[in-house]
Amino acid sequence: MYRETQIIEADNKADGDDLVINVGPQHPATHGVLHLVIRLQGETIQKVEPHLGYIHRSIEKMCESLSYRQFIYVTSRMDYLSAHINNHACAMCVEKALQLEVPPRARVIRVLMDELTRIASHELWWGAMAMDLGAFTPFFYAFRERETINDIMEETCGARLTMNYMVPGGVMYDLHPNFQQRVKNFIQLFNNKIDEYDDLVTGNIIFQNRTKGVGVLTKEDAISFGCTGPVGRASGVSCDIRKLYPYEVYDKVSFDEIIEMGGDSFSRYLVRIKELRQSIRIIEQLIDNIPEGDIQAKTKAVLKLPKGEFYSRAETARGELGVYIVSEGGTTPYRIKFRSPGFSNLSALDHISRGSKIGDLMAIMGTLDLVIPDIDR
Amino acid sequence: MAFLKEYISDVYRAVASLLKGMKTTGSYFIRPKEIITQQYPDNRAQMKLPERFRGEVVMAHDDNNEHACTGCTACELACPNATIKIVTKFDTTPEGKKKKALDTFVYHLELCTMCNLCVEACPTSAIKMAQTFEHSVYDRNQLLKKLNKPGSKIRAGVE
Repeated sequence: MYRETQIIEADNKADGDDLVINVGPQHPATHGVLHLVIRLQGETIQKVEPHLGYIHRSIEKMCESLSYRQFIYVTSRMDYLSAHINNHACAMCVEKALQLEVPPRARVIRVLMDELTRIASHELWWGAMAMDLGAFTPFFYAFRERETINDIMEETCGARLTMNYMVPGGVMYDLHPNFQQRVKNFIQLFNNKIDEYDDLVTGNIIFQNRTKGVGVLTKEDAISFGCTGPVGRASGVSCDIRKLYPYEVYDKVSFDEIIEMGGDSFSRYLVRIKELRQSIRIIEQLIDNIPEGDIQAKTKAVLKLPKGEFYSRAETARGELGVYIVSEGGTTPYRIKFRSPGFSNLSALDHISRGSKIGDLMAIMGTLDLVIPDIDR
Repeated sequence: MAFLKEYISDVYRAVASLLKGMKTTGSYFIRPKEIITQQYPDNRAQMKLPERFRGEVVMAHDDNNEHACTGCTACELACPNATIKIVTKFDTTPEGKKKKALDTFVYHLELCTMCNLCVEACPTSAIKMAQTFEHSVYDRNQLLKKLNKPGSKIRAGVE
């Protein structure tokens, strides 16, 4: 804290008229312990400086002392809204190193779970972002439908948020007998609800005026900041890992990669809303075509990775998650590095919010979809 | 004149978009059965959690106060958080041989993340996940549990 005070004073001396305010670490619009030091000229943002470290748990270091079966559960705690996809990326990396063949049934189950997670994550984002911009009702609507997904997860995986369902070689349990029927009911319910979302927020004139043309991220900047996921795709960058480097059964299902050219907050909003429909499309194709068979490949009780470096990636709800394992041939990794999407997307915040008003910062932060434990591991 | 026309149509579209949202919200007044609020904790008696829900680790005992734990420490090794500590003792079999057996199954609920790795690792299915979830207590010592009941012993035939 002492260091931060000094920075603020030094900045003030340079331009005496500037006002420095702190948003966070405890602020309702940051949805987590993100600390932004903002320099203002009147109401116009001169500079935004994110300060991290409030929720650092040293997950990468923790993983070095855990075995290859154990370290997967920790990654649920990074981006807790796409816990399944984090676990999936880690499991894929271990499978790649061991050259395990995952049974077809497990592959389909994994993709189904990933897409359900993506819907749940985008819904929470939709509710929370609309709440930041002053619309309170969407929050309840979003959580109502998200609850249905949580119930499905609870029934099949045993937990609502940090599932730990993916294990190296497959999935932990078989699907619950009710799973297919419940997912079908959910799709039926959800198709009506997306139209309701459009009526409530997408077409709303206040929402459009607050997001259109706000926080424009050009295609070149999106590439240079390493923005992936809906943030990158809203700027016209084709960066969907599911299309570019298909894993599991993503090359066998048909879905569209949503790309918007605007680069502003409204485009980022549209990408996520359209992705909801694409996820539903993927689930509809797979839900009746789950092959029979094993749910786990045969693995040894203690996993030992061969010596070398292994990398795998997956498309989480926020962008590209990379898992990089360096193995020395033992039972625990020598080094693990996670390339988390939230961190790269946050790095663009300063660039795109310079020159906008402080009220627009909520729209920009909301549509960047920041999950703080993912940024600060 | 064109400006005025555009202005009026803008206002019309803005009001229309707001009314559209209001209509969606308002329609819930006439279809209240879609409201999903639960009256927790008043509905505790009717609440039913799925059987796979992971609340805490318990050890199953049968009517004769017997369990299936051999004290092999597979769960202790599988646990990522050092939640489980197994204390073993040596029993004397009828033939006079010494045999390793479970003395105390120590379970730290305060450290547990309900990852299910211990249940997966157990070769004799001695432990399982219970569906309880109201774990708050006033003193954290109360979260330190001994899973095997006093006087319990291993079921015959479990190796």
